[in-house]
Order: sequence, then C-alpha cells, then structure tokens
Amino acid sequence: MTDMSSAGRQLPDRLDNPLKSAVLSWESLLVLVALAIFVGNSFASPYFLNPWSLSDLTFNFTEKGLIALAMALVIITGEIDLSVASIIALASTLMGFALHTFGVPTPVLVLVGVLTGLGCGAFNGFLVTVLKLPSIVVTIGTMSLFRGLAYIILGDRSYGGYPRDFAWFGQGYIGDSVISFELVLFAVAAVLFYVLLHHTNFGRRVFAIGNNATAAQFSGVRVDRIKFVLFCLTGLMSGLAAVLLTARLGSTRPSIAQGFELDVITMVVLGGVSILGGAGSIIGVVIAALIIGLVTFGLGLLNVPGIVMSIFTGSLLIVVIALPILYKMWKERRA
Amino acid sequence: MNRILKNREVWLALAILAVVIGVTLRFPRFSQPGNLLTIFNDTSILMMLALGQMAVILTRSIDLSMASNLALTGMIVAMTNAAFPFIPIPLLIAGCVVAGAALGAFNGILVWKLDIPPIVVTLGTLTIFRGLVFVISGGAWVNAAQMSTDFIQLQRGVFLGLPILSWFAIVVAALVYVLMTRTTLGRAFYAIGVNPTASVYTGINVGRTKFMAFVLSGAISGLCGYLWISRYVIASVEVAGGYELTIVAACVIGGVSIAGGIGTVGGALLGAIFLGVVNNALPVIGVSPFWQMAISGAAILLAVVLNARGERSKGRIILKKAEVVA
Amino acid sequence: MTDPILTLSGISKSFPGVRALHKVALELYPGEVTALIGENGAGKSTLVKTLTGIYQPDEGEIRVGGQVVSLPTAIAASNAGITAIHQETVLFDELSVAENIYLGHAPRNRFGLIDWKTMRAEAQKTLDAMAAGIDAGIPLKELCIAKKHLVAVARALSIDAQVVIMDEPTAALSQKEIEELYVLVDLLKQDGKAILFISHKFDEIFRIADRYTVFRDGEMVGKGLIKQTPQGEIVRMMVGRPVDQIFPERSATIGQTVLDVQGLSHPTEFEDISFAVKKGEILGFYGLVGAGRSEVMQAVFGMTAPSSGTMVLDGRTIAPRSPADAVEAGIVYVPEERGKQGVITGEPIFKNVSLPSLDKTSRNGFLRMVEEFKLARTYTERLDLRASSLSQNVSTLSGGNQQKVVIAKWLATLPKVIILDEPTKGIDIGSKAAVHGFMAELVAQGLSVIMVSSELPEILGMSDRIVVMREGLIIDTLDNRNLQPETLVRLAAGIAQEQAA
Repeated sequence: MTDMSSAGRQLPDRLDNPLKSAVLSWESLLVLVALAIFVGNSFASPYFLNPWSLSDLTFNFTEKGLIALAMALVIITGEIDLSVASIIALASTLMGFALHTFGVPTPVLVLVGVLTGLGCGAFNGFLVTVLKLPSIVVTIGTMSLFRGLAYIILGDRSYGGYPRDFAWFGQGYIGDSVISFELVLFAVAAVLFYVLLHHTNFGRRVFAIGNNATAAQFSGVRVDRIKFVLFCLTGLMSGLAAVLLTARLGSTRPSIAQGFELDVITMVVLGGVSILGGAGSIIGVVIAALIIGLVTFGLGLLNVPGIVMSIFTGSLLIVVIALPILYKMWKERRA
Repeated sequence: MNRILKNREVWLALAILAVVIGVTLRFPRFSQPGNLLTIFNDTSILMMLALGQMAVILTRSIDLSMASNLALTGMIVAMTNAAFPFIPIPLLIAGCVVAGAALGAFNGILVWKLDIPPIVVTLGTLTIFRGLVFVISGGAWVNAAQMSTDFIQLQRGVFLGLPILSWFAIVVAALVYVLMTRTTLGRAFYAIGVNPTASVYTGINVGRTKFMAFVLSGAISGLCGYLWISRYVIASVEVAGGYELTIVAACVIGGVSIAGGIGTVGGALLGAIFLGVVNNALPVIGVSPFWQMAISGAAILLAVVLNARGERSKGRIILKKAEVVA
Repeated sequence: MTDPILTLSGISKSFPGVRALHKVALELYPGEVTALIGENGAGKSTLVKTLTGIYQPDEGEIRVGGQVVSLPTAIAASNAGITAIHQETVLFDELSVAENIYLGHAPRNRFGLIDWKTMRAEAQKTLDAMAAGIDAGIPLKELCIAKKHLVAVARALSIDAQVVIMDEPTAALSQKEIEELYVLVDLLKQDGKAILFISHKFDEIFRIADRYTVFRDGEMVGKGLIKQTPQGEIVRMMVGRPVDQIFPERSATIGQTVLDVQGLSHPTEFEDISFAVKKGEILGFYGLVGAGRSEVMQAVFGMTAPSSGTMVLDGRTIAPRSPADAVEAGIVYVPEERGKQGVITGEPIFKNVSLPSLDKTSRNGFLRMVEEFKLARTYTERLDLRASSLSQNVSTLSGGNQQKVVIAKWLATLPKVIILDEPTKGIDIGSKAAVHGFMAELVAQGLSVIMVSSELPEILGMSDRIVVMREGLIIDTLDNRNLQPETLVRLAAGIAQEQAA
C-alpha cells in the first residue's frame, strides 16, 4: 500500500478556510429559511410585526427549546430521550400536589419542579448507563411510567390556583420591556450550552462518544458517566420547562405537554444534529427552535388548528433529513 | 427440562397464570370461562398489532406510527361507510388492509430507499397520519348512528362460541406464525436482525426486507382500524391516541428484543395477553383505571431489564472448562 | 489442461489514500486449490470483497466460465456461483445450525413453505458426511468458533457453488481441526469446485494447494504450480526482500519491575495469568488467534473486570475499573481493532490525539485549541505521520498512519506501560518498520512495552521475553535467547515434542 497524501515535515493545522465553510454551513441555510418565514409571516398578517405579537411568538419555542438544548447533547452521543414530555407532566403534577397539600411558597414550588425533572433524568440515566439498556426502550417505558404516575395522582382532575409570583415565571416580562422572562432564560441557557458543547473538554468528549463510543471508551473517556450526566441534564431542563409551562398555563392536567417530545426532537434534528450521533451544533438548534416558533405562530395567525400544524412539524422532520440524502444521491448519480 | 425453564414464553405464561390466580382468590368470578373469553376478545386488537410491530422490531426497526395509521384508516372506513352504506363490509375490510399497507409502505420506502432511521420516519408519520385524520374529517366524529348495522355487528357475531373479533386475532396469528416460521421472508426478518452483514452475503436484500416488515405492520394496523372503530363505534381524531406505546410494550414484555432478531409469535401474543389481563384485573380489584399507564410503563422497564439479563454476552468462551459449563 | 472457471484480469481498486489493488490477475481451475499468498495488507481481503460483490473494482474484468460478469451485489456474486467462508465466520448466532446452512436456499414443501424436517435432515447429513459431530437442531450460538467454521463449510457444500473462497480458514482452528478441514477441502475438490485458499502459513499451502498466486502491495507478482516451485522462491516473491527481516538494534537497559500481574482470572476467558514487565523491556505475548491474549490485555486496561487477581504498578496496587482509570495510572493500550477501538473515525487527527490529554491542554475545563495543535504536532511528527494537515479526518488515512495516530495519542499521556495488540497487523511494510523502530526508541527512554503478536518474526525480532498462551492459560514464559520459532509454535498449538519433530 502506498500513501497518496504526500507529507511535509511540518503539518499545517488546517487547510480549509474557516470563513468559507461557515458560509456554506447548515446553520446559514437555516438562517435563510428563518428569514424567509419571517418575511412571509409579515406579509401574511398585518399584526405580525407588532412588538407584542413578536414577543408572544417567543412563547411558542422557549419551553421546548430549553429541552432541545440538552436533548441535542443526548442525541449527539447517539442516545435519545423520549420521556421529556412525560417528565413535564410528572413535575407539573408534583408541583400542584406540593402546593395543594402543603401550601408551599413559590421558591419551593420551583425547586419541586426542577428536582423532579432531575430525579426523572437520573432514573433514565441509571437504566441506560448502569443497567446498560437501550435508551429508546428505556425512555418509551419511562414515558408511560412518568405520565402514568401523574395520572395516578391526578386522574381526571386538575390543579390550579398557582400563586401570582409563581405565574411570573411563565408570564412575566423583564421590567417594562416586551422581553419575556422565558426568552431571557432560553437565551442564557443557549449561551451556556453553546460554551459547554463547543468550548469545553466535556463537549469534546460528547462528540467523541457519538462518533465512536467504543473507541472513545478505549481512549479513556468515561462514556457512561458522561451519558448519565446528559440524561440528568435533559431531565433538569424538562423540569425547568415544567415550571415555565405550568406558570404560563396556570393549571396542571396529566395530559399537559402531550407530544412535546416530537417537537423537541424535530428542533434538534432540524438544527443539523445527526440522529445517528457525532455531529451537531447549538447554534443550529437555536435557529431551528426559532423556525418552529415562527411557523407555528404564523400558522396560528392564519387560524390553522394545532393538529394540522403537527402535520407540518412531522413533514418538516422527515423532509429535513431526506433532503440532504436525496441531494447526495442526485450528486452521485450525476458523477 | 433445562430448555423449558430457559424459555421465556413459559415464564410469561406462568406470570399471567399467577395474576389470574391471584385475582381469582379474592374474586372467584374473574376466572369464569366467560370472563376469560371476554378478556381474550378485548385483547384481540392488541395481539394483532403486537405481531405487526414484532415483524418490524425483528429487523432492528420500530414503527411508532401504528396507532395513527389505525386512526386514519379507521376514519377513512367509517366515513366511507357513513357515506356509502351499501358497500359490502368484506370489501371495506380489504380496503382497510390495502390503505394501511400503503401507509406502511410510505414508512418502508423512506427507510429502504433513503436509509432514514425508522424511529425518525415513524415519529414523523405518527403526527402526519393523525393530522390527516383531522384534515379528512374536519375534526368531526363519526358515531354509531352514522354507521351501518353490518359495519357494527360483523365482529360481534359468534362462531363456535367465540366472537368474530377473536377469530380475526386467531387467523391473523396463524398467518403470521406461518409467515415467520415457514417462509423466506419471515426468516429474512430474523436474519437481518441477527446479523445484517451476514444477511447480505446470503443474498438477502436488507432494505427490501425492512420495507416488507413495514408493509406488514401497516396492513395489520389498517385491519385493526376497522376492528377498533366498529368495536368502540366512534371514529375521531383521538382514536387510539398513545396506543403505539402499548403495542411496543406488548412486544417488549413478550420478549421481543429491541436490538432485533429475537422474538416469537407466541411471546408477542402472551405479552399482549399479559397487558390485557392486568387491565381487566384492575377494575375488578378496585384499582382506578388511571393506574394502567404507569403499570404498562413499569412492565416495559421490568421486561427490558429481564431481557437484557438473558441476552448479555458474558465474554468469549476461551477456557476449556468454561466451554463444558456453557 | 482445463480452462479456468474464474478469470480476473486487470482488476484495480483504490480507496482514499490507499491503492489496494493494481491491475491484478487471477485464475481458478475446477477441482484445484489455488493459494493466494501475500502479507497483511497485500490486497487479499480487498480481492475477496471484490469477488463477493461487496466492493466494485475501479477497472478490470471478471469472467466466470468464459462469460464476463459484473458483481454489483452479494446476491449477484452468489448467483454467479461464488461463495466465501470468511476469516470471521459471518453466521447467525440466534438461528439454528440447519438454518444457517440453508438460509436463502431452504427446501420447500409443495405449498412453497419452508420444509424444516427435510432441511434439518439434509443439514445433518451434510454435517455427518464431514464428521463434524454437530447437532443441526441446536442454535449456532452454542457452538465454539471452530465448530461454527465447520458450519460455514457445510453451507458452502450445500450451495451449488463453483468457486469457494476460504479466507484464512484455519486461523482459529486447533491442529486436529485443521487436519479435518483438509479432508473437507479434498471433498470440495472431488466435487469439482475451484477453491481459492487464502493463508500466509506456508506449511498449509504446501500441504493442500495445487497452484499459487502471490500478491504484494496490491500487485500480482507471481503465479505457478506449487510442485514446480521451491518454497524460498515464493517467500521471496511475497516479501520482496531478503527473508530475514531487519529489526532495530536495541540499547535499552532493563531495570526494575514496573507492572506485576498475579493470578488474574476471568470466568470464561482466562485463568491464573501472572507476568511482570520491567522498565525498558519489551514483553511479547505469543499464541494462536483466540488464545485469550487480547482479553487479558483488556482486563489489564480496565475494559473488562477480572474475577480475581492483583496488579501492582510501580509498587502501588491498582485495580482499574475503566480504561480511564488505567490511563490515569499510566497504562495505555493500542487495540488490535484499529478502526473500531483505536481511532475515532469521523474526527480529525488533532482531536484524536488530544482526546485522552484534554485535561492537560485545557484550562479549567475550557478547550485551548492552540495547545491541542501543539501537542498533536509534537507527537505526530515524532512518529513521522504522513498527512496533509492535522485537521485531516483520520478515516482518510492509511492503516499505518492511523496506527501512528493511535500511538501518538497514548505517548502524549506520558504512560509508564504501553500495550500494543498486533501493532503491525494490516499496515504497509514502511509503517511496520517505523512502528518497530519506535518501539525500540520507547524502551530506550525507559518505558515498558507489552506486545501481543501472532507474527513469529515480529515476536522473535522484538521481544526480550516471550509469554506463550493457549486456550486462556499461560503455557510458558521464555527468555528470547536462541529461541527456535518451532518451539513457540509447538507450545502455542499444544503439539508434543516428538510429533513436531
């Protein structure tokens, strides 16, 4: 065997121009799509460009987006968590339970929601990393289990009467501005996750696991520990989303957030994260969250019912994955 | 003897028996033949769906769109019946099977030709199919008054002491059993699940085989679309909402390995019956039906833990004395 | 003379960075065994994959029975009458032995359904004719590797194949089983099948082959009749250089014991493994494929948990429960399966190299790319890595250069003990010499090296002491002074002295 790549003694760091690859990236394509939908929306409805309706728009993606940030990392390692919506249901139910049984104050209420999420995530993580079970079956199971527990507690009743200061988490704005607390929280979380995934050792190991978990393990990466942390993180973000959603809706039913997992996964995949693991970026996920928000809001302005919107989300999920594959096949056929 | 004890169908049958005996001890009427037949009839649809799902899971795939497929074909057949009550029911049933198979083929094509992971494809079609139910019905229901008598009564007829619905399950189970054990296609489901690379060498087209599994699960979903609607005599957007997980649960409990290649018709049927028995037992022993979801979730987790214990490789067998033990 | 059944002419195949086959030719004759001879990386596996429809040649012609055929898929190859028995038996663990033999061409009854009874009976008949001693009804997973091999042969017999490719069929077999295999090969010959027998063991080739074709570095360098060609001639063609391979001179002074392993055991893989490696020493592990050497090393590296035994590193007892623990303690492992366990394909060179050293290159857990590039450059240049840039994806490198990336990755962690598992398997001769030279350099710097190898010249040329393993046990530990290759082979295969002589 001979080597066709000739060598100099001094190896350059890289050959390609980083600017050029940035322009041609999936993220820039997403930005274009987002802009197009934005322009389309502003033509479709005269109310769209009003600051308050733009602010309303953000509520369409902040809660799911928070979960998508963590889910992106889970999917990059080649795992998946289908139980996120059920975690919201259980966390919300336990918050309502704590409020109505013990009359706890708002800070404790938030703590209950977030810790429930963390606990559920840790349970998923335990099953996946300690008992070595496939995450897809585990989270299909806990998807039933967590929401099932919510049904056991609540049945067909609902919890309401959340305190005013609690409602602020889902309905409040920063000062007198039109910027909601949820949006600020999402922005902060996005920056944190961006740094975590792209600028820390932890993030580098997440990618290594997704590319080849066995080789990563053989390279001294503590694969199980990292996966466990990621499931906990996803649970935690779901708990946080439960706080926001409960505060925004002001009530809890066991059916809360039904089908959220699909929207979250769609955001992640649309954002360019490979469902097979090993590739993806937080910027992509953030833009994808924005796109989903824009689309749902735009269709809402046109009075399209929610269930029909879900056709759109479902198709988007498939089309976004199919297009690059079709493009590649088309290119190969021409070659 | 050893082989019988290693057989998980035997253990599952014993578990079901234990539940039945446990409930009977306090509520003797539970195990009267009539009630047991009712449970069987109640579980018929789940049994058929579990068999379709098993074929897909054997090929290292998953079909999360079965319940939505069922709802969509169910709505189509209900609306057709309401609009054209003169169309004979057997023709409607055939139409359901074809429509369901077509929806399954859509999943299968994406998996086969574009190589998109099945979980992504069927998560997408799960929402698309259900959204389409709304689109074609405009959100309206089709209720008993709009359906023809034949449409509703067919499955309630009794033949040899069993309702026709039960006979549907028995016939489908027999057909799937023959397919799985006696045909090239059925063995190919197993082969590509056990070892996709080796399957290619033996001349099996892996993509096409997966496609066929999706067509099968789709056809069964379509058939169950009619059976479900005519049983509960209402067609709406919410029909069988979330039921896809119950189907997967039945398979997992029945010992079908999510990693592919392992699973039997008997196991999948017992998995479904286990869920059916538990769900029927709950109201009898005075537990609220709201427990159902959590119990099936717990059952999935328990089953997958037990499956994994059996499947876990214990390293290579190199030592001579270890070979004797194994 | 009869015409060949299968003729290849002008076949070429390239991969990014590697020219695997260059205008090779091959003829196979009915009722004859043709040996395909060549070192690792000579292009034998690529040829097999081309013949079985897994790879498409870039150019060239394949003729079966005089007709030009194309083999776009494995099915096409099978339909053309070509079947292969592979190095790693690719069969179906969960299915029964009978079904493994008949999958794809099972007997049917008059309804077109699979006839299990006939299938099982036929399978049993084939197995009995081979004196395999296997019950066709049991699941394949209950058989050991050697028996699975026999099932693969039975499968080839049951298919109406004209061409049977046997790819290193004896690698995992005991001496007795190899003898049984020879009988089977004769059976296939009498059946008029053309057999391509791939091996690098000369005793086997001279025992059963009628013809030979030699590959070197992806080219065909010679062919002929075995009977008319002296062994030395073929060896010369195969290696293309004097047979005595040059191994580097070593000046390392051997010091204190660094790693001491005592009584390491595992329920099924190995038992009572005790050895010690000293500072500046290369300790060789020799044995047949599947003797349990890699399994022992992976337990030392924390990948699998041993059931008992102790390990002492530099006077401190250690019990690594994961590779991460082992690396922290100072033990690193270059795995045999480079593509699956060694490099992270899909990631660039520098990320591969820095992965275990991130704690050193980063600050407070935050990446510092400048430091990573510096680290990667330092170590890859020491190994003379051939690449276009440090951001090149490792999957586009040749096997030899991938191996250099793996070694560079570990050297950057400044280990005390480095374990190399078949370090030169499947890499070109140039890289081989580089890896050997580097091992000598490492021990000169005071590292301890454990080298698992199945290649006699390598084990004899590089080791200070040699541990021989067989069936999960250590058979002997020998000083590498005036050792005869026959001694090692005899110990590894379990052949008594008088039989070998």
